[in-house]
Amino acid sequence: MATPVMDKAEAEAAASPYITVTFRIRRFNPELSEHAVWEDFPIEIDPKERVLDGLHKIKWDLDGTLTFRRSCAHGICGSDAMRINGKNRLACKTLIKDINPEKPITVEAIKGLTVLKDLVVDMEPFFQAYRDVMPFLVTKGNEPTRERLQSAEARERFDDTTKCILCAACTTSCPVFWNDGQYFGPAAIVNAHRFIFDSRDEAGEQRLEILNDKDGVWRCRTTFNCTDACPRGIEVTKAIQEVKRALITRRF
Amino acid sequence: MSTDTSSAIGPVEGDAVVYDVDNPAPLIEAPRKRTGKTPRATRGNFEMAAWLFMRLSGVVLVVLVIGHLLIQLVLDGGVSKIGFAFVAGRWASPFWQVWDLLMLWLAMLHGANGLRTVINDYAERPNTRLWLKGLLYTATVFTILLGTLVIFTFDPNIR
Repeated sequence: MATPVMDKAEAEAAASPYITVTFRIRRFNPELSEHAVWEDFPIEIDPKERVLDGLHKIKWDLDGTLTFRRSCAHGICGSDAMRINGKNRLACKTLIKDINPEKPITVEAIKGLTVLKDLVVDMEPFFQAYRDVMPFLVTKGNEPTRERLQSAEARERFDDTTKCILCAACTTSCPVFWNDGQYFGPAAIVNAHRFIFDSRDEAGEQRLEILNDKDGVWRCRTTFNCTDACPRGIEVTKAIQEVKRALITRRF
Repeated sequence: MSTDTSSAIGPVEGDAVVYDVDNPAPLIEAPRKRTGKTPRATRGNFEMAAWLFMRLSGVVLVVLVIGHLLIQLVLDGGVSKIGFAFVAGRWASPFWQVWDLLMLWLAMLHGANGLRTVINDYAERPNTRLWLKGLLYTATVFTILLGTLVIFTFDPNIR
């Protein structure tokens, strides 16, 4: 009678989806040390789970001091952009099995913004650039009593750039932004693009003028890091080049 | 339960320093900041002109430089034919004078603008930027003026 029971237990162990994955996290606490250190956390996790689940497991079960941002955990709020295995991604959209769980998974804060603690960065410069391009509808004249109508084609023109969730994955993957942080960055330009090419908006000229500045679109080096990093699949580099084209064609 | 709690604190926060009103935690300053309000347009269309110039001069330079290299190094005897007489003979024609002048100006401005971009992208401190750009502009102006002077005042009978 004992043998079948053993077999069943062994079969269960073999069927267990859990594997041991090492999370190598870049920890930083300014109250203790001005240096950031890598810390390894080996955890048991189903490879079909996401990196965010691993971080939760560490924070809830192993080390409650691990600090990171996340809100919706479903790739919509854009809170948990981080550098996973050297690439900017959303922790909530990255499955463990897709990023080679045999090796340690490195998780660090996004680059180019000040790290406040562990994986939390100061997003203020990023949002300042966003505010600078006036990301809101500007119109003249009387407000219509009904909605502002737009043809399907006119809506299609800027459809791609409406998908931005402001996670900062693109801006913090941009080598020009890393240098001095004065460049507007892909995210701000994407959100300017969304209104510049909106047929209902009337401040496109003003936004183009802002992006014509020395830290505007002309600093883009078309390295395509932003397009690679975007978790929403926005063709960021293409949007930046469309703004450049609009700047040139409006003058000549 | 207390033992569980202490083991759940990693080495990074192991010996936590206590901060209070008299001993506040250090303030982290952003290494670089964007301005608080929308920045004023500073140099008009200079950046756009520079960007366009790079594209247009690049196209022209491809023709000029490849033509130059073919004539100087490949066709009609190759590099061995080049001497004072060869250069004097070419510069007797206004066509080659204009060709070389155009190539000099476009190549120097194209290269200088490219280096200006590189300095803007890689120099982090304003002072470094200032000095590198000063050096770059001086070298560019000197080379362009010297080259132009030579092309216009070239004397084939010089001894």
